[in-house]
Amino acid sequence: MTKSNLTRRGLIKTGAATGAALATPTIFTGAAWAQEQGFTNAPTGDTVTLGFNVPQTGPYADEGADELRAFELAVEHLNGDGSGGMLQTFSSNALEGSGILGKRVEYVTGDTQTKSDAARASARSMIEKDGAVMISGGSSSGVAVAVQGLCQEAGVIFMAGLTHSNDTTGKDRKANGFRHFFNAYQSAAALGPVLESLYGTDRKAYHLTADYTWGWTTQESMQATTEAMGWETVNNVLTPLAATDFSSYITPVLQSGADVLFLNHYGGNMVNSLTNAVQFGLKEAQANGKDFQIIVPLYSELMARGAGENIAGIPGSQNWDWKLENQLGDRYKGTNAFVQSFGEKYGFPPSQAAHTCYAQTMLYADAVQRAGSFNPCAVVEALEDFEFDGLGNGPTLYRAADHQCFKDVVVVRGKENPENEFDLVEIVEATPTEQVTYDPDHPMFAGGDLGECNPGA
Amino acid sequence: MTDQTTHTPAGATTTRKTRETSGILGLKGRDITLMVIVLILTMAAPILLNPFPADSSLAQFNAGYPDLMQRFVIFGIFAIGFNILFGLTGYLSFGHAAFLGVGSYATVWMFKLLNYNILPGLVLSVIVAALFSVLIGYISLRRSGIYFSILTLAFAQMSFALAYSVLTPITNGETGLQVYTSDPQYLQSAGAPDMPHLFGVTMRATETIEIGAWSFTFNFGYYVCAIIMLAAFYMAIRIFRSPFGMMLRAVKSNQQRLNYTGVNPRPYTLAAFVISGMYAGLAGGLMASMDPLAGAERMQWTASGEVVLMTILGGAGTLIGPVLGAGLIKYFENIFSKINDGVLHQWFAFMPDGIEDLLVTIVHPFVGKGWHLTLGLMFMLVVIFLPGGLVEGGQRIATVFRRDRKATNVEDAAAKKRNAK
Repeated sequence: MTKSNLTRRGLIKTGAATGAALATPTIFTGAAWAQEQGFTNAPTGDTVTLGFNVPQTGPYADEGADELRAFELAVEHLNGDGSGGMLQTFSSNALEGSGILGKRVEYVTGDTQTKSDAARASARSMIEKDGAVMISGGSSSGVAVAVQGLCQEAGVIFMAGLTHSNDTTGKDRKANGFRHFFNAYQSAAALGPVLESLYGTDRKAYHLTADYTWGWTTQESMQATTEAMGWETVNNVLTPLAATDFSSYITPVLQSGADVLFLNHYGGNMVNSLTNAVQFGLKEAQANGKDFQIIVPLYSELMARGAGENIAGIPGSQNWDWKLENQLGDRYKGTNAFVQSFGEKYGFPPSQAAHTCYAQTMLYADAVQRAGSFNPCAVVEALEDFEFDGLGNGPTLYRAADHQCFKDVVVVRGKENPENEFDLVEIVEATPTEQVTYDPDHPMFAGGDLGECNPGA
Repeated sequence: MTDQTTHTPAGATTTRKTRETSGILGLKGRDITLMVIVLILTMAAPILLNPFPADSSLAQFNAGYPDLMQRFVIFGIFAIGFNILFGLTGYLSFGHAAFLGVGSYATVWMFKLLNYNILPGLVLSVIVAALFSVLIGYISLRRSGIYFSILTLAFAQMSFALAYSVLTPITNGETGLQVYTSDPQYLQSAGAPDMPHLFGVTMRATETIEIGAWSFTFNFGYYVCAIIMLAAFYMAIRIFRSPFGMMLRAVKSNQQRLNYTGVNPRPYTLAAFVISGMYAGLAGGLMASMDPLAGAERMQWTASGEVVLMTILGGAGTLIGPVLGAGLIKYFENIFSKINDGVLHQWFAFMPDGIEDLLVTIVHPFVGKGWHLTLGLMFMLVVIFLPGGLVEGGQRIATVFRRDRKATNVEDAAAKKRNAK
């Protein structure tokens, strides 16, 4: 390497070539034949590229894999292949199954590794290399907040996937970012009354909390709600997201005088901590003369599958469940259409992570179609205060003040005697939207500022 | 001491002949060539790294986009600095990511407190990393060999744990430290850009030039990093060729002998440790300047291990090796990891269905999230067959060509001799 044959002639040649390249006037650049311009990655030609950035490794890898399946399905439906899924039930009829604005949808994928740094690097390469005009995905609020900030700076739309922290549409909200998924506050608001009726008003709670934005806000929300109904909070212990063994955190719980354990964990974390808790006999234990109880504020089918029979009887909340339309009726239309096309393609029902990612892709495509432009600012305008139905959650509103969706929240419990491995949770109730609605400047969400929408270059 | 070094015969890489000739900027002979090569490579990188037309199927392998190019040079700086410690003194630090991390945090804090100009942040990142490395180096360098490695590893993991959960008010933990609109930013003026910039020109400022089917992206942030890397590379050359560098080599070759001759090696090793820590801090500061977010993962032991891999893969103790190693690893991480099954099916689409699926199944574990596997195999091959890293590979190839040429020369000379008789 160090012994390169650098000649004077070679050097001059290279220099001349470089100079010529630099001097080429910008009239030859792509802008000359762009159909749309004035914003980052304005799609040229007959295709448009979307970026799906999901965790393929790390504690949320299962969720990431399911999200990717949903994205692939959504792209298929947008391009008019397959059965069409929720396009048939969606209240907006702008999409025709011919791509978005007549451009065929293509996509690139990346691995967030459930790390903010890696997720941003992956998203940046999608924006800079592949020309993605929208980024979606993410199974961790830390990642979602980081990538949302990046999209705001770069001037592309971020359609958040599975992110449940209050901060995503609270203090870290951004004009270019949108969240369909519900949040920690809504979980607590929906779970509160159910917990009161199940376990009474005199309980002592112990929290194990994943140590990042999602864990913090979930714990804060659950503590506020349970204390309002008379429960006492004994302790809150923060656990690293990368932890895989929680036995050392579980051991002190029984000695603490608590009779309820909140596992503010998700994905692989929750599977491991719940398994540890059950191994330590917490489920059969007695404390303060009552049966010891375990609560998992944010639930999913994938976690239930991972935790197996340990999940039986444990309550939690979900954004959506694949049995919703069958059990609670026509209000949740779209659910069966989605479950059917997902099942046909992959052979099993979708998780809530898959559902929210599918819905976000459809909502983005629809907003572009209605706005008639891929310009992020036009998309923001089309999505703000957009009311829709038929995406499986009942009537839903995309609130302009914080870009959060407002819809019913599903309260679930682990089934005592599941019939098969996909039917592990039973729906307790669907908490109506009004009960989980809050002010945009609620103290748990305060301190944020959407700012201006940024179309980028 | 200077006496000793001047009396020592010149080391393997310096020859007495180059010492006598005067050079540009204190560089001589081959070092000038090397510097010019690096200069050309970095300045023309946006063109060199995009050899395939933008809409061809090989565009997948283009690496000439700002994020990756910035990473190439930033990790190049990191590896150059690491090599000053590892390549010269032989002390293998497994904790250099800690300095990268504190550099990033320092820079983001400057963004939060002052304004988005990257200069104060970069300066502070180097200072903080220096202080931090004095502390860690002072303690760790009391031991050598494996004990030193373990000590640095322990310190780095400690820093990671602190950043990840204990010091969350300063580091924002898992979420990562970032700039909020509510931050004070005391020096932020009204018209200044709302993202990292250097006197008003943002790091994101990009000019795309299309020539025929090719598209080249010239990014301001990249050139800022590249110029800083050139300065860092120049510094490294000077250190390698200085009496101080010679002293460090002496530490590597026989520390005991140094002790017996009455030289205390610790000030030298500590200085090397701090210098390489400052390089790492600078790299961390640049990372935060290109993308204003600092995550604790930057300090994890895997990140420390990565720079060791880069240096060994490229060639420890050589000047350009670490830069090449950094480039190769980042290329794998960013390009190979993005090849998914869909892309594979496109590649093999021309084959019959059965064979296509078979090929995809065979290649699948080596691309996408399996890029680590490919990298691991390559690392093994390099360590086994090219212990001197990529640089040794390059030299061997060069020797093959040179031997041929020399051989003909020898024959010519012999022929002339015979004819003359």
